[in-house]
Amino acid sequence: MTVLEMRSVSKTYGTGAAQVHALHEVSLSVQAGTMVAVMGPSGSGKSTLLTIAGSLEDPTSGNVLVGGMELARMSRNDKARLRRRTVGYVFQDFNLLPGLTAAENVALPLELDGRPARRARSASAASLAALGLADRADQYPDQLSGGERQRVAIARAMVGERRLLLADEPSGALDSVNAEEVMRLLHNACKRGVAAVVVTHDAQLASWADRVVFLRDGRVVDQTTPAPGPESLLGAGPGGRPPGAPRMGLGQ
Amino acid sequence: MSVRHALLALLSEGPKYGLQLREEFEARTGEVWPLNVGQVYQTLQRLERDGLVESDDDGDDGDTSPQKGFRITEDGTAELAAWLRTPPDLASPPRDELVMKILVAIRMPGTDPHEVIQVHRRYLVELMQQWTRIKEDEAESDVSLALVVDAELFRLDAVIRWLDAADGRLKRAAADGPPPPPPTALPRLRRRVGVRR
Repeated sequence: MTVLEMRSVSKTYGTGAAQVHALHEVSLSVQAGTMVAVMGPSGSGKSTLLTIAGSLEDPTSGNVLVGGMELARMSRNDKARLRRRTVGYVFQDFNLLPGLTAAENVALPLELDGRPARRARSASAASLAALGLADRADQYPDQLSGGERQRVAIARAMVGERRLLLADEPSGALDSVNAEEVMRLLHNACKRGVAAVVVTHDAQLASWADRVVFLRDGRVVDQTTPAPGPESLLGAGPGGRPPGAPRMGLGQ
Repeated sequence: MSVRHALLALLSEGPKYGLQLREEFEARTGEVWPLNVGQVYQTLQRLERDGLVESDDDGDDGDTSPQKGFRITEDGTAELAAWLRTPPDLASPPRDELVMKILVAIRMPGTDPHEVIQVHRRYLVELMQQWTRIKEDEAESDVSLALVVDAELFRLDAVIRWLDAADGRLKRAAADGPPPPPPTALPRLRRRVGVRR
């Protein structure tokens, strides 16, 4: 099932000589249960793509559908509801509210959506527990490590019945061990049926995705083909190692 | 890694019989130590001759019976420790084929170097995806495998970063105007960095 579909999406800022084409005819579709990484350098249009996918900005032309619903046909209120219920965001700098505990931060989207506080709290506890943070629920963000803060942010992005996860350099501020943990959690969320788009310039982060789309100057220039299984690297299958692939050895 | 140091490493865990060494050697060489099992006994004899290992039966140098026990000596432990701390040869830049391809691509008429860069970037990212799957599926419970996979991921990541930097540098150079100097740069470069032929 396609959760996010972008059809020939373009975004232009400014007019005349100052005009900037941030996105040019970008098409992208993300199925439930898959993670797509959008990889490109700064200024390639990655963040614009994400804000448009999350209905925070309107495209200049083209269509965006989330869960089969066309964003352009939705009212402001409908879009706000979609953002509260269906879409989860993960940012590089976590964006947790410092005056709220981890549990309160995670419950916030549900409470803003008008759910009863008790229901929001129990959903928050479940989401934190799923990320191994049950014992951190009553801590404030400044009492948590960077890795824990990002896990709280992921718990918040996944609380309730989210179907689309949008992440902007989610492990950019973390060391490699915590970055790996964050990506493992995001990929696990996808395996449970969520669709995710992760934008990044980092190949290690992108390599967790099921598909990597390359963005250059606002255009999709290339994408990876579905990867053969790991056995091709370990040299067990009849195909063996791909040509030029690294030998998994310590050398002679 | 040489057979010599692989065997010293196995014996550093404790005394072992010849047969046991051979079996453990085989078990571990599968992927991580792609070495020739036939060299095991020959190498043990040399290690004994050099005083780096001792056997139960010092009288008979030719005895390689599977029941013969071996243990590492103090000299052997020192040799292994020295090997661990000897930097591998990373000093001279290898003749990097990918670098050569990009250097050719920027001179070749009708070729877009950015397109060539992207071909390689995609291939490298696909390889990294495969390594990451291994890490995701199997390496969580296997620290040695995770270390090997990390090494590959960091190595491939470094190559992609170089491609990204090359991409940006070429884009900036094109925006700045005059084309780079004629191709006399290659031979000079070779002399300067002393690339081995």
